[in-house]
Amino acid sequence: MSIRHDVKRYPGLGPLTIFFFLYLYVPLAVIVVYSFNANRVAGVWTGFSLKWYGSALNNAALMSALETSLTIAAVATVVSTLIALSAALAIIRGKNVRFRKLSETVVNLPLLLPEIVLAVATLILFSLLDIQNGLVRLIVAHSAFCTPFAFLPIRARLQGMSLDLEEASADLYANSWTTFRRVTLPLIFPGVFSGAMLAFLISMDDFITSNLLATGGSTTLPVYIFSLIRAGTSPELNAIATLLILASLVLATAALLVAARGTRDNPEH
Amino acid sequence: MTDSALHAPAGLERAPRARFWHDLSFWGLLPSRLLMGFALILPIFIIAAVSVATRGAYGGFTWDFNLAGYSQILFNEGWTGELEFTPQYLLIIGRTFLLAGATTLICLLFAVPVAYFISRQPASRKAVLVYLVTLPFWVSMILRVYAWMIILGKDGTLPSLLEQLGFPAGMSFMFNDGATLTAMVYTAMPLMVLPVFASIEKLDGTLIEASHDLYGDRWVTLRRVILPLTAPGLVAGAILVFVPALGAVLEPTLMGGGKQMMMGSLIQLQFGGGRNWPFGAAIAMTLMALVMLFLIATALRAARREVRP
Repeated sequence: MSIRHDVKRYPGLGPLTIFFFLYLYVPLAVIVVYSFNANRVAGVWTGFSLKWYGSALNNAALMSALETSLTIAAVATVVSTLIALSAALAIIRGKNVRFRKLSETVVNLPLLLPEIVLAVATLILFSLLDIQNGLVRLIVAHSAFCTPFAFLPIRARLQGMSLDLEEASADLYANSWTTFRRVTLPLIFPGVFSGAMLAFLISMDDFITSNLLATGGSTTLPVYIFSLIRAGTSPELNAIATLLILASLVLATAALLVAARGTRDNPEH
Repeated sequence: MTDSALHAPAGLERAPRARFWHDLSFWGLLPSRLLMGFALILPIFIIAAVSVATRGAYGGFTWDFNLAGYSQILFNEGWTGELEFTPQYLLIIGRTFLLAGATTLICLLFAVPVAYFISRQPASRKAVLVYLVTLPFWVSMILRVYAWMIILGKDGTLPSLLEQLGFPAGMSFMFNDGATLTAMVYTAMPLMVLPVFASIEKLDGTLIEASHDLYGDRWVTLRRVILPLTAPGLVAGAILVFVPALGAVLEPTLMGGGKQMMMGSLIQLQFGGGRNWPFGAAIAMTLMALVMLFLIATALRAARREVRP
């Protein structure tokens, strides 16, 4: 059968797909290219320079925002991953779970509601409770909306796993905790790892909630970048953005690779 | 599973293990219930209450029942307290729906052919292409919007390019609905391609061949075979794109400028500089109700589809 008569082939899809990937990547490339521009006006190219990276790395406000973001993301990742792990174990493995479907919906609730609604609702809650500490506010809110992102990969991993190895462990007189630690956890680790990575990225990336809940001392990276954008585009901002794009791409690639390897090693697949 | 049940009769060695799994279902779910109860469900009840509270004189609110927050969506209170109809907030709600709908449609128009093309590639290349679709999604949202500010803005890439081609200098494509839409489509695209790809990939190729054997041309096959069979994936993608698009904040704030607001940016304004919490809460409740209606409608449609043979 010649290609021309292949009925499953639609003409023009190849060029369209190439155009599509250009569309996905050219805007990011534009930021990267301009970050090396010597000129202060972003759109006018005058020469190659690394000076904006120097000034970005010496920017104290940027470093403090980065530190805040990393602190919040680290705590929120640990909290949401632990909560997601225990919820996933209970929902998939627990016996006689009442309202199993509803419990799952509760864990995934942050995905169903517009983030801005949750953000202002949490803002009202914190001001009624008089919780003024920006870090505490952000850690609580981030832990909540990161939980479904940690939950979904762990749940998928647990669901696809057979009980044989755990039963074997129990038959060899391992108690429940030993079985969990030595058999279950290593088996679902790829799911836990990619869940934690996603939670971390989602927390680092968040703008809407952080912007509303942040107080003076708790400016996160996206909130700081927003204030820079508001002040006007600058090549230093492009340098910062380039470094962040690079960091996200590396982290996301690591998470996806581990998740992919996990599916391949999964005894069920 | 049944094998090992033979080795270990129920009620003997198995008893403590069974209790562990039983306890697990309670203790395992407790942390998530506490966290979601405190950080999500309680705040939603509070915001519902605030939407019918009275605006405080210096920001904030007092707990007096008042429907002013909701009536302000439609009416403007005159000097003497009479209500006159103002369409400005209805226009914002309308714009929100139009832009979110347009975003969903444009994403679908691109996602279906691209996902179809990717699904027809050899396995190794397919994995790489899917990875490349996913990747931009993990770049910070604010940076993906910022990229379009550099491209479309004053002194940006596109105006500079057009200037070299002989168009007048100083053109700007920013601060209008088109700019907002451009950024919304760009940020949402990966969310659409992935579910659409997942369902197109599961499509049975022999059905396409059967359609051609029955003299259906490519267009008829697309319309009568491919699209109906992949509909669940298209609907899933549409939900994933449409719902967050209704709550968009960054795109209208940065690309639309101060005037071309959407519901999300309007809500944010009420809790920031604008400072009318009951009104902001009323808009938030409206947005949430619209999202819920949309989700329930799609769930009902899906249920009806399953019942029908």
